[in-house]
Amino acid sequence: MENLIGLLVLVPLAGAGALLCGGRRLDRGGPWLGTLAAAVSFALGVVLFADMLGKGGEERTLDVTVFQWVPVGSFRADVGFHLDQLSMTFVLLITGVGSLIHLYSIGYMAHDERRRRFFGYLNLFLAAMLLLVLADNYLLLYVGWEGVGLASYLLIGFWQHKPSAATAAKKAFLVNRVGDMGMSIAIMLMFTTFGTFAFGPVLTAADRAGEGRLTAIALLLLLAACGKSAQVPLQSWLGDAMEGPTPVSALIHAATMVTAGVYLVTRSGAVFEGAPDAQTAVVTVGAVTLLFGAIVGCAKDDIKKALAGSTMSQIGYMILAAGLGPVGYVFAIMHLVTHGFFKAGLFLGAGSVMHGMNDEVDMRRYGGLRKYMPVTFVTFGLGYLAIIGFPGLSGFFSKDKIIEAAFAKGGTEGWILGGAALLGAAITAYYMTRVMIMTFFGEERWRPAPSPDEPSAEPAAGDRAGGMPHPHESPRTMTIPMIVLALGSVFAGGLFSVNDAFLKWLEPVTGHEEGNSPLGALTVTAATMAVLVLGVALAWAQYGRRPVPATAPPGSALTRAARRDLLQDDFNHVVLVRGGEHLTRSLVYLDHKLVDGVVNGTAASVGGLSGRMRRLQNGYVRSYAVSMFGGAAVLIAATLLMRAV
Amino acid sequence: MNPVSYLYLSALLFTIGGVGVLLRRNAIVVFMCVELMLNACNLAFVTFSRMHGNLDGQVFAFFTMVVAAAEVVVGLAIIVSVYRARHSASVDDASLLKL
Amino acid sequence: MNLAAASTTSTGEAVQFWVLAVVAVIGALATVLMKRAVHSALSLAGTMIVLAVFYLANGAYFLGIVQIVVYTGAIMMLFLFVVMLVGVTAADSLRETIRGQRWLAAACGLGFGILLVAGVANASLRHFDGLGRANAGGNVEGLAALVFTRYVYAFEITGALLITAAVGAMVLTHRERTARAATQRELSQERTRKGAYVAPLPAPGTYARHNANDIPALLPDGTPSDLSVSKVLRDRGQVRDVSREALADLAALEQRSAEWLERGRDEEPKGVAQ
Repeated sequence: MENLIGLLVLVPLAGAGALLCGGRRLDRGGPWLGTLAAAVSFALGVVLFADMLGKGGEERTLDVTVFQWVPVGSFRADVGFHLDQLSMTFVLLITGVGSLIHLYSIGYMAHDERRRRFFGYLNLFLAAMLLLVLADNYLLLYVGWEGVGLASYLLIGFWQHKPSAATAAKKAFLVNRVGDMGMSIAIMLMFTTFGTFAFGPVLTAADRAGEGRLTAIALLLLLAACGKSAQVPLQSWLGDAMEGPTPVSALIHAATMVTAGVYLVTRSGAVFEGAPDAQTAVVTVGAVTLLFGAIVGCAKDDIKKALAGSTMSQIGYMILAAGLGPVGYVFAIMHLVTHGFFKAGLFLGAGSVMHGMNDEVDMRRYGGLRKYMPVTFVTFGLGYLAIIGFPGLSGFFSKDKIIEAAFAKGGTEGWILGGAALLGAAITAYYMTRVMIMTFFGEERWRPAPSPDEPSAEPAAGDRAGGMPHPHESPRTMTIPMIVLALGSVFAGGLFSVNDAFLKWLEPVTGHEEGNSPLGALTVTAATMAVLVLGVALAWAQYGRRPVPATAPPGSALTRAARRDLLQDDFNHVVLVRGGEHLTRSLVYLDHKLVDGVVNGTAASVGGLSGRMRRLQNGYVRSYAVSMFGGAAVLIAATLLMRAV
Repeated sequence: MNPVSYLYLSALLFTIGGVGVLLRRNAIVVFMCVELMLNACNLAFVTFSRMHGNLDGQVFAFFTMVVAAAEVVVGLAIIVSVYRARHSASVDDASLLKL
Repeated sequence: MNLAAASTTSTGEAVQFWVLAVVAVIGALATVLMKRAVHSALSLAGTMIVLAVFYLANGAYFLGIVQIVVYTGAIMMLFLFVVMLVGVTAADSLRETIRGQRWLAAACGLGFGILLVAGVANASLRHFDGLGRANAGGNVEGLAALVFTRYVYAFEITGALLITAAVGAMVLTHRERTARAATQRELSQERTRKGAYVAPLPAPGTYARHNANDIPALLPDGTPSDLSVSKVLRDRGQVRDVSREALADLAALEQRSAEWLERGRDEEPKGVAQ
């Protein structure tokens, strides 16, 4: 079993290596090879899962040290894997959803000339993500952390010929660097505090370190999580990341990579529990982001960006739950898994719609598509019901628990957090209904050809080029993953909640406490249902009963701000870019005037002195002889002086 | 008279030779002045030999003469070849070694 | 020579010293100050002979002879040969060309000399041992005993140095002829091609009165032609310009002949009449 863990990471890595270095020979078979690698990885995951199920609750943890990585004196950093229930959950999610999306990509990227490279990058992402969740120390986790960042960068900018994609990739990378900086400093702090990076020693020793030190580490880890999981204030990259191909958005920027922050917070639970201030920061970030993302999601007309706002919001829920401590860990991970299903399904559905609509992304040019894409409609609809928390579907179970746990925080804090979560649920219902109605219901607004000045979002090839869209259902490689994910969206939550199966599964790793909600569980559920109905009704009133205008109305100030991502980029520009520019300019000025002045002044004075000294060197032997003769005279004088003294 | 007078004479001749080296431009004359300085040294050696009552100073003077002979041979050869190349025996003309 | 330590020498040696020291200093000064290299060499030879005498007076009989044979005989002759080879050049001029060089040299020389003299005066050298005992078995034998025992390595090495110097001198002055020497025909063709002076150089001397080598020929307009005088004389500045004198002579001659002709004109009719 131990060897299988290594293979789990190695297989996608080998796939990436083969695809990226294999050259044109792999152009034809490449996509299938990449998918095979993902599937093998998933199969290995299933085998390990089965093996784990066969053991008792306490023996399920599997630790493997592959080799010594950095042996320096008493310090050791190993390449080692730590497989427990938490990692296992992630492994199955990553490889499972990953395999489905590989399969989907075969159809989606069929017309792209560089699809071999695309699958290479996808495999690279899988390997890095698996390394991230399987690492048994923070340093190795950091390697995976950076690896997924790299893969994300490569895939967002996959259509690098589009300036918007190249810029978005750069933006994602830069914003992530800020978070990574926090991660690296946190690791350094850990090393100075505990003398090691390994999870076990660090987490068991966490309560012995000072609270101040723990708060610092926890806040830095939170910064890292914010960067990777697009939480306020490092959220600005996720919307632009939708420039990447839709399967990438589904896999990396919805289901897996962006949840790495939640994994980090959950894994480092002991650190956060020792630092209540940091936990407050975590729940604040989560609550703010869940509202922020939801508001942004309401205003976007681009279907993928609306879903991106939704992703941000849902991850806000998870972070909020993870910040609540043992009350919330399990529900954070559970929501993470269910979200992985339904959000990936929603993205794949969006991709399918775009595939059939000449890569049009503006929902105002959709409408009435349910007749033309029945499979997409049904799967997307199931995902929709799951995300808004329709009773009995996945989202209902996980989200309801989080809201309940938020109320259970107690005191004013609990009311604020619970209220925010509840409000978020209402807004979620509103914007998802809006997406649903604008895309699949109403009149067909795509009949008049899309305006030609709308640049094609994805490279049009063959029959997809230009002209009036003729919506059609997508090929089977695309619909099968959607169906599977839709099934997951429907049943996962229910399966997890039967006998609290998921809770019992994760409890040995994360621990769990029952929250004491001031409201009863039933009250919370009822309230959630109420806001759900409210949100759906509001959206129906606004978009379902009235025709949707093909061009966006001006809207209120809040709408306009939300369309601009609640001015996040403007804020960054004014505060960071301008400020940085001013700082740089003043530094340059100082450099020119002060540093260069000193340096140039020294150089000039030395040069001038040398110019004068140079006249002594006139090339005449006799002048040199004079200095020798004078020198001899001085020597004699010195000798005589010494004798006299 | 005390033999120290020979030393004063030696110092005088040496200085005259040194000034000659500095003043003359003709390489041959410069060489002659160098020979004058060497001879002044020899006189000092011989005088010291007499003062100390042993012959070591004379041996040194002897060696100086040998070295001077070797130096003159090579030096004059250099002067001749420089003259052939540049048609000048002036030490000032060979002043290329500068910026 | 005194066997014991003494502080004065004989009066004869003192007289000899004071006379010859003056000669030696004059010779040294002449070496430095004489314009012509030949004169410098001769002055230096004189100084060296004086020094040889001093060596003899100081009991260095072998060195005195070697000084005359090697220095005055061989080395100075070598100098004279090179002076002959190089000839007279502009380098002989005593005019200083480097600014401040003369003053610096004078200052250095003066300071050096004063310090040296002061150093000698400062040393306590009142008494001297004399070479009586050292030279007892003969000066040459004494030197030989030292040279071949205590200084034998230095002696051998100086021998090697001499050999090296001799070879070096040969290498330096040897010139490998890499191309065939140009024939007279080629040389004249070369001259014609370059448009240099093609005709034979004019001979020196003016009229029959001045046929000395140092007098340039006069061109038809009465100016002297430098081409007619040897380059060595030109370089030495030994060209005697007689153009003014010659023109004056010519004028006088013409006047005389005019006078003579006038008288003859007066007389010719007479002659015809006769």
